[in-house]
Amino acid sequence: MNKPLRRIALFCGLLVMALLIRDNWLQYVRADELNSHKYNRRVLIERYSHQRGNIIVDGKPITGSARTEGTDFVYKRTYTDGPMWAPVTGYASQAFDANQIEKIEDGILTGNDDKLFFDRTMSMFTGKKEKGGNVVTTLNSAAQKAAFEGLGDKKGAVAALDPQTGKILALASTPSYDPSTFAGNSKADEKAWVALDKKNNPDDPMLNRALRQTYPPGSTFKVLTAAAALEHGKVSGPDEPTDSPLPWTMPGTTQELPNEGDLPCKNATLREALRVSCNTVFGKLGADLGKDKMLETAKKFGFNEEQYTPVRVEKSVFPEDINESQTALSSIGQFDTRATPLQMAMIASAVANDGKLMKPYMVDRLEAPNLDVLEKNEPEEMSRPLSQEHAQMLQSIMETVVDKGTGTKAKIPNVTVGGKTGTAQHGENNDQNPYAWFISYAKTDSGSPVAVAVVVEDGSASRDDISGGGLAAPIAKDVMKAVIDGKQ
Amino acid sequence: MSVVTNTTTIGAIDAPSRRNTELLLLAFAVIIPVFAYLNVGLALDGEVPTGMLGYGLGVALLAGVGHLVVRKFARYADPLLLPLSTLLNGLGLVLIWRLDQSPRLDNIPAAATKQLMFSAIGVAFFAAVLILLKDHRILQRYTYISMAVAMFLLVLPMFFPARFGARIWITIPGFGTLQPGEFAKIIIAIFFSGYLMVKRDALALASRRFMGLYLPRGRDLGPILVVWAVSILILVFETDLGTSLLFFGMFVVMLYVATERTSWIVFGLLMSAAGAVSVATFQPHVQQRVTAWLDPFEGYGKIAASEQIAKSLMAFGSGGTLGTGLGQGNSDLIGFAANSDFILSTVGEELGLAGVMAVLLIYGLIVERGIRTALAARDPFGKLLAIGLSGAFAIQVFVVAGGVMGLIPLTGMTMPFLAAGGSSVLANWALIGILIRISDTARRPAPAPAPSPDAEMTQVVRP
Repeated sequence: MNKPLRRIALFCGLLVMALLIRDNWLQYVRADELNSHKYNRRVLIERYSHQRGNIIVDGKPITGSARTEGTDFVYKRTYTDGPMWAPVTGYASQAFDANQIEKIEDGILTGNDDKLFFDRTMSMFTGKKEKGGNVVTTLNSAAQKAAFEGLGDKKGAVAALDPQTGKILALASTPSYDPSTFAGNSKADEKAWVALDKKNNPDDPMLNRALRQTYPPGSTFKVLTAAAALEHGKVSGPDEPTDSPLPWTMPGTTQELPNEGDLPCKNATLREALRVSCNTVFGKLGADLGKDKMLETAKKFGFNEEQYTPVRVEKSVFPEDINESQTALSSIGQFDTRATPLQMAMIASAVANDGKLMKPYMVDRLEAPNLDVLEKNEPEEMSRPLSQEHAQMLQSIMETVVDKGTGTKAKIPNVTVGGKTGTAQHGENNDQNPYAWFISYAKTDSGSPVAVAVVVEDGSASRDDISGGGLAAPIAKDVMKAVIDGKQ
Repeated sequence: MSVVTNTTTIGAIDAPSRRNTELLLLAFAVIIPVFAYLNVGLALDGEVPTGMLGYGLGVALLAGVGHLVVRKFARYADPLLLPLSTLLNGLGLVLIWRLDQSPRLDNIPAAATKQLMFSAIGVAFFAAVLILLKDHRILQRYTYISMAVAMFLLVLPMFFPARFGARIWITIPGFGTLQPGEFAKIIIAIFFSGYLMVKRDALALASRRFMGLYLPRGRDLGPILVVWAVSILILVFETDLGTSLLFFGMFVVMLYVATERTSWIVFGLLMSAAGAVSVATFQPHVQQRVTAWLDPFEGYGKIAASEQIAKSLMAFGSGGTLGTGLGQGNSDLIGFAANSDFILSTVGEELGLAGVMAVLLIYGLIVERGIRTALAARDPFGKLLAIGLSGAFAIQVFVVAGGVMGLIPLTGMTMPFLAAGGSSVLANWALIGILIRISDTARRPAPAPAPSPDAEMTQVVRP
């Protein structure tokens, strides 16, 4: 019987050998793959095992970390003034992932980025608790506060830029949400998340209107049309009369383009036309320039392209395939022209910065936990939509608008302010309440420190009250004032 | 003169009993788990666990009792079996205690104290086997009673409600649950040994040769068909793939050893393949297990069986080469079976590749000592019983470890000694007791021949 016994011994040896080989395959060959598998909760446990780095504004963190109870994710994200900063930070939730800066700079914030490899190794040896790095933003807390409080319970958005550098100073969107409410992974977090969902909340509070919502820009777009007219030599100066009949029938149609009321628009100068916001003058200028030239200028201002700040900005649109009458409508910010608030702030900022458009950005630098700078973003020129001379002409026109036109509510004592109002029709046959727009910049002796775009989409206000000058200009004024006061 | 005596009576050399070796090894088998216990306490709470003294003394006491019983009643027994079993039992207690501490497993009752109690009863079983069973050949008398008892035990769970998708438990009010299959494993090995010892010649010799294989006669096929049918019935009615595989595998191994006919292996494999495939066609439980084995991540979050295996694989992968250290892993993510069927995953995550290989080698060594016992045994019954028990042990380890590592489809069985489960601990201690009894008989020196009156005068040249 011993021969089969030896064979059975060999067979049992083979069974053990098979297990050993399988184990080596699992724990050595496939270890990394299994360890970082998307279903492996350990990845998340590790991720939340230490404090997340902070997002910093004006030297102060606007985020934090708190210990949680009853879950294996030890730390969760907290936010100071969450609703105010949500369009900047985005959210970082244990249960629902993250977005915007929280997502883009996640590697730095969690400390898992390769740039922080040295810090991780050091904390392994020193035994110090690992911590994430910080993201220092370009934002200005006073401006942000003015923007958020100015919007109040109205629906709308504000974007403010430093025209000389492209730094984003304010980015507000209302109604907003508090990302703290669903930062964990409990039932309460889930409830808060579900309640914020667009399906359950028609106001869509999680939409970042400043970057991700495009609106018909209405009359504020006339600034771009004016820039195009100057650049392409259609008009030689702000005070030259334009060739503008009144009433004006759009080419290819029998339809007249109406003005808002009985305005002095016949052969008006560029200054006068922008001051009272003549549809006929800018519609005809756009139609005369043609869609190609309009498109060229619009693209130079950043239209028809997504921007990355590094948070993605929705593409603003100047329609490409249009006929002459549609070009006329598009040139006064109607038809299919759509722009994000940030895009409109970029138009104001390019004018304010003497024609030079700086690339907008909101992350100034990335810091290691020990505050070493890992990466610094420098201002970068994006394009030159108009010459210095034309930009200054346009500045003087926009300043007239604020001085004695539709934008007087944006006046700030002892500061030069240029701006443009807009009231954009929308909806089927324009039956919905229009959007109130205001774009502006302020100027001091050392150039322009701030350009801002405000949009208020208020369904509750009566139709007549909605105008860029009435609703949006005061908010823009407060934001600009906050920036200028901060400089002194 | 003494030289002369030695050459004449070879059997009378006092063969080393190896009891002191066993004692030394036992010391390690107690110290290692005590350090593991300390390690868990330090990792979880940062302090020496309060239960450490009690735990250490408990394990040492069990080991000491085992050792004394062996020293007294099985002096020549194999010196490795007891220390290896004690080591696994001790490590198992530490792992179970460690999983008891996990807040994630709060919803399943703490099992360490119960397991310690069962370990004590298990060692008592072990002692009882050695004290009461003076010679393993006595068991031969109970061949057919064993069959009846084994069948009864195997059929019993069918009358109790299924738990966790398998009918392998019976519930005794006021006591808890038992897995009769664990005990049936030993009892059926006794039956097979007795039966095969008697029938081996008929099974081996009365056959026709066909294409290089010895085909058994039709009537000799009877018993193997019965065992096969019972295995299939267990699979169908108790949805217990593991037990079914274990019994059939054990039977084929013993049949092969008894008859020395390879043809039985071929038959066995063909029949088990046929049985498994045909059952899988209509048993959703078995199909699910196979699907889960083929791609555990495919059904993640949808099918519990797949998710369990996937979690187990991730626990192994996260352990890496050296593991996270006891108490520092997250193997408790596996959920309710973490301290029973999936206890090896905790070894994998917290002790790493090194730890799992060590544990597998300990199992391998136990099997090897068992087979060595079978080789050394002098009687066919002892040989068959020893190989049956070792073979069953090996198959069980392979089926469970292979299952949790995704090598073969998962079947609900427990790692001997390591996993939480009273029946398993009791049965395996009894199994080790029987192996020790056989090895003692096998290694015991033959009784000294009566002193030869003329030894002094003549040198006897043995034929």
